[in-house]
Amino acid sequence: MNNDSLESTSEAIPPETTMVSDTTEKVRKSLGRRYAREKRFKLFGVIAITASLSFLAVLIISITIRGLPAFKQTFLNLDVTLDADTLDLGENPDQDALRKANYNGAIKNSLLELFPDVKKRKEKKALYKFVSNGGQYDLQAKVMADPTLIGQTINVWLPVGDDASGYLRGHIDTSVPEKKRRFKNNQITWIEELRADNKVQTKFNRTFFSRGDSREPEMAGIKGSLFGSILTLMVTLVLSFPIAVATAIYLEEFAPKNRWTDIIEVNINNLAAVPSIVFGLLGLAIFINFFNLPRSAPIVGGLVLSLMTLPTIIISARAALKSVPPSIRDAALGLGASNLQVVFHHVLPLAMPGILTGTIIGMAQALGETAPLLMIGMVAFIVDVPNALTDPATVLPVQIFQWADLPEKGFVEKTSAAIMVLLGVLIAMNAIAVLLRRKFERKW
Amino acid sequence: MNKENTVPALDLEQDTPTEQTIEEIVASLGDTVGQTRVDNPKMSVSNVDVFYADKQAIFGVDLDIANNEVISMIGPSGCGKSTLLRCLNRMNDTIPICRVTGDITLDGEGIYSKDTDPVLLRARVGMVFQKPNPFPKSIYENVAYGPRLHGLNRNRADLDDIVVNSLRKAGIYEEVKNRLDDAGTSLSGGQQQRLCIARTIACSPEVILMDEPCSALDPIATAKIEELIDELRENYAIAIVTHSMQQAARVSQRTAYFHLGKLVEVGDTDTIFTNPRHELTENYITGRFG
Repeated sequence: MNNDSLESTSEAIPPETTMVSDTTEKVRKSLGRRYAREKRFKLFGVIAITASLSFLAVLIISITIRGLPAFKQTFLNLDVTLDADTLDLGENPDQDALRKANYNGAIKNSLLELFPDVKKRKEKKALYKFVSNGGQYDLQAKVMADPTLIGQTINVWLPVGDDASGYLRGHIDTSVPEKKRRFKNNQITWIEELRADNKVQTKFNRTFFSRGDSREPEMAGIKGSLFGSILTLMVTLVLSFPIAVATAIYLEEFAPKNRWTDIIEVNINNLAAVPSIVFGLLGLAIFINFFNLPRSAPIVGGLVLSLMTLPTIIISARAALKSVPPSIRDAALGLGASNLQVVFHHVLPLAMPGILTGTIIGMAQALGETAPLLMIGMVAFIVDVPNALTDPATVLPVQIFQWADLPEKGFVEKTSAAIMVLLGVLIAMNAIAVLLRRKFERKW
Repeated sequence: MNKENTVPALDLEQDTPTEQTIEEIVASLGDTVGQTRVDNPKMSVSNVDVFYADKQAIFGVDLDIANNEVISMIGPSGCGKSTLLRCLNRMNDTIPICRVTGDITLDGEGIYSKDTDPVLLRARVGMVFQKPNPFPKSIYENVAYGPRLHGLNRNRADLDDIVVNSLRKAGIYEEVKNRLDDAGTSLSGGQQQRLCIARTIACSPEVILMDEPCSALDPIATAKIEELIDELRENYAIAIVTHSMQQAARVSQRTAYFHLGKLVEVGDTDTIFTNPRHELTENYITGRFG
């Protein structure tokens, strides 16, 4: 449209009579339109940035609001009598007997002591749910550390069960008819009584960071999957970074340009676009079924993720190597450096920031990857924290995926909290990347 | 559309007639005019053809480069002078499609023969490029890189000596002596180019090739570099490619004129500029084209 109008005016005046003043006039006329276009473009940019930032803000705020309660845990104060009869312990019990002792019974007794009126079986059961199933493990640990406690009455803070803690955090709507509610009226009366007695307290949830997965939301922790992720990523980084950089250097600096290298290049680009679950199938077929590596192990996860990350790093490393100005290569070659020296003394250091960016993008992708890990069994329910590359483990995104599937109220919070931890790890990785990049970056 | 019609296309480059192939034009140029050989040459180019894939860029060039002398190569853009220069230290090896035939010798030994190592050759035949290209490292490291690479120094003190001497020979020492740790890229264009010359000298080469070393510099920096080239002549054989005929006249003792990949005329600079024998040379240096 604009072009048309410009041309029609210029055709109206014969070119010979076109004079400087005329040009000025034309330019002045078009100026307003040009500036308006520029302004409009800037406005679109601002709108786009505002929109994306607000989406990000909404995401982070909603996850934080949902996830924050998971970092707090509610505890119930109980006087537990640890007499040998209740615990089913004979004379001079050994460690094994102590491990197997009936701590649950002791906890139940102390709950009943608090509410002597509770007699019916159903009511008792409802009362017992106040203390988490994990409470017995806390007692167990205490007694095993100090067997002299047997026979004494000790005052302990035990984690509250899921329904009760849900109620205490206001997650349970009391206006719902009792029949449709998991937390019944009598339970509400009891817990309110305990609250009035100052026997209920909320503390920082250390369990979340010190334990592996669990069926009980109040006993479930992120440590297992966090360590699983760290181990898996370590394997991925150690394998993919050197291999990818070496590949990129060879292809970019040394390989002859012929049909074979063209085929390799096309295939690398294709690999980057292969759906990640395919790599999972490959890992299952090759690493587990053929090489007999253990299932659910970080080593296999790391191998699969390296296959996935390799093309990403190779492509970005090649781009970074390509962007090093040829004048630097010429300078070094002209001084009598060998090809390898040119690469390692000059080209690689200059390409490092770009390579690191690509590596971090690849690693972030690997950190958030779920699908291929499902195929190699990292989706199993694993309670232990992995200590070695061959231990069964799960990773953060799979843990989030698993928790998101569970109905208990506590796991809803845990899911958001795990997402927060995952984002935290991502931010930490990016921060390291920025620092490294700054360290390697050179002024021209 | 009439905008384009108003100004006739002004083609400053010489038109290549479409009916004639480059090979035919080159053949019509005849043999090289003037004395291509000198007594006791440092480097000697004999019957060299250079091809980029199927396209021939240099046609049967014979030329000698003598010790303690500056030879300048002039000619219009694309005439192959830079290509020939880059053959002299095998920088063309980095271009996979480039093929060189014929003989180039350094002290009588063929540089393209099997037992000549390009790395060693480039240590003996240094090169200064068109655009100043210091490494993004400190001034000291820039100069020290070559000697360190070739193990020319025994210890740190030796290296310091080499760096200071090279910077001094390149006439930049006084300007940078207090900031040897600053980045080489922080210097001005002229200083960067002299730093690059210092870097080349530091390897103690026998021949220095310069590919339009002043094309990116202002007249003052150019004057300094030209002065420097004149001083360096005492110790090195120097070949310089330049687009400035004044520069060729000022710095060189011999001049070679190239046209479309063919060495048209070579001779003493004074003779070439005052009394060119080939018509093309005359046209070029009188500014009729190029």
